[in-house]
Amino acid sequence: MNNYPALIVVAPLLAALFAGLAAWIEERLSYPIALVGLAVSMFSAFKVLMQVIDSGAIQYRMAGWAPPMGIEYRIDLLNAMVLLLVSGIAFLNLIASYKSVDQEINDRAGSFYTIYLLFVTGLLGVTATGDLFNLYVLIEITSLTSYAMVALGDRDRGPLASLNYVFIGVIGASFYLLGVGYLYMQTGSLNMADVANILSGIHGSSTVLVAFILCMIGIWIKMALFPLHVWLPNAYSYSPVAFARIVAPLMTKVMVYVMIRMMITVFGREYIFETLNLADAVVWLATIAIIAGAAMAISQKNLKKMLTYIIVCEIGYMVGGAWMGNQLGMTGAILHILNDALMTFALFLAVGNMVYKLKTVDLIDLKGLFGKMPWTMTGFVLAAFSIIGVPPTCGFFSKWYLILGAFEAGAYHFAAALVISSLLCAVLFFKIFEISFFEPMSKGHGESHASVAIEEAPVSMLVVSGLVSLSLIIAGLYSGTIVNTIILPFLK
Amino acid sequence: MMDLLPLIVAKYNYWLYVILMMIGLYAMIAKNNLIKKLVGMNIFQTAIILFYVSIGYKRDATIPIIQNAHGGHDAHAAVIHAADYINPLPHVLMLTAIVVSVATFGVAMALAVRVYQRYQTLEEDELRMRLVDIGPEK
Repeated sequence: MNNYPALIVVAPLLAALFAGLAAWIEERLSYPIALVGLAVSMFSAFKVLMQVIDSGAIQYRMAGWAPPMGIEYRIDLLNAMVLLLVSGIAFLNLIASYKSVDQEINDRAGSFYTIYLLFVTGLLGVTATGDLFNLYVLIEITSLTSYAMVALGDRDRGPLASLNYVFIGVIGASFYLLGVGYLYMQTGSLNMADVANILSGIHGSSTVLVAFILCMIGIWIKMALFPLHVWLPNAYSYSPVAFARIVAPLMTKVMVYVMIRMMITVFGREYIFETLNLADAVVWLATIAIIAGAAMAISQKNLKKMLTYIIVCEIGYMVGGAWMGNQLGMTGAILHILNDALMTFALFLAVGNMVYKLKTVDLIDLKGLFGKMPWTMTGFVLAAFSIIGVPPTCGFFSKWYLILGAFEAGAYHFAAALVISSLLCAVLFFKIFEISFFEPMSKGHGESHASVAIEEAPVSMLVVSGLVSLSLIIAGLYSGTIVNTIILPFLK
Repeated sequence: MMDLLPLIVAKYNYWLYVILMMIGLYAMIAKNNLIKKLVGMNIFQTAIILFYVSIGYKRDATIPIIQNAHGGHDAHAAVIHAADYINPLPHVLMLTAIVVSVATFGVAMALAVRVYQRYQTLEEDELRMRLVDIGPEK
């Protein structure tokens, strides 16, 4: 038995400790420590994924205590994939962060990297754990670190946005905790697999119904499903850009993973789709979330804010797909966790590059940006195409599965919402392309229009941005492989 | 009405936690002052802690320390009935939850201090006016 599953989570945790200590001695030491911690974590996640594909799910007992007494890390195909995604994005973003942290919050770089590592630890733990209460604690670790991070950003609005995020975050986590309490009352266990076993005999119980509803509401608040999304746009757009780049792709996606885990592993699909009659209502809710998210995005004047509303819209895709009640919808939802994390990451990397050069990213600031930052804009265009769903990019394939699932389930309103939101995204991104391609640079810069000097972001940021944008096409081309080796065997 | 009363009396712990939780939720939503909201948040979390503590309780049971564990005088001392001891697990879980809520409260207080230093007020309506004053977003 090897210790890779534990190492995924323990490496960044230890690195956080040492990075925090090192920052007392010399602020610059914490960056290499963070880099090593996340590299070890990513390597372990890769090893675990290979192992799970070869030989099936891994059960890792923390400190050797057997479940259901001890805490168990249970890693199957789904969370092996999400673990690699989280640790990979965290590592790549750390490389791109060096320069932007230096520029934005250089007086507190040590604390930034420490909190960053703790945040990643929380996300990885949430993904790896097989214990319901452990999940709660790790969700709170993730949330606490993101409260601190949001406050590190915009010094005027950050603390207030963060405080509002605390209030809503606490309500969400408390609802989840209450749901776990009811589950414990009924089953006497906190281990996911054990709870699932006991639950399969008592589907009619009203305690289980209360537990399910409370858990779902808690998770929905945390993942910002419309109308519970109000905390997200402010919190994400006022945080430092180096943190916005990781929290935007990962936090909500990991919460979607938690929802799917609760639905498939803990409560079971028979319970949700046969005993309960909630699926239709939730698909309708997701439909409204998609339309509302896209409509709110289109009315924004600030690029960061606009992208945060697109996240709200994408959450609707995944929730709707997962609640469709058929294989295709669930496949689409899981594939979209991967694709949406990648494309949101690519978008925010491009925005990070713009912020590095322009400071503010209101839409009018983007004039003439194709001339000034051609490489950044290329990455941005690829990511935008993927969000819209243009075929060779990965966004197309997950939308395709979702639409097929919607037709199979007869949820035509959901399919219509998908198409409408794609069109709205197209309008919105082409508006940005128009401003940044055709409109000349604003006069304030005092240069002649004919010769716009290329002023790109630092190489480290450009390389990461380029790599991730290319990965959108690669993930698109290999989506058949991903579905066949990871998602379908998992759903079987 | 006559049916409801025994129900309330029999399950009074649940009613109490729900009432406490709603007081907390009300304070978080309706109060104008950020510190009052924080107090509401704390009441909300404490209500859930009380809920967990109450579900570990059993009638006529004692604290979970095994009696005569070290070879007491009679032979059947080794027989342990779970019904004789209250369930310690929810209580232990709540130790962790208390740590989490203290940490959350600490972070929230620190943020409130930052807000106060920046705007010299903790009233939400005044804060909203100040935010309009500092102009369009960066």
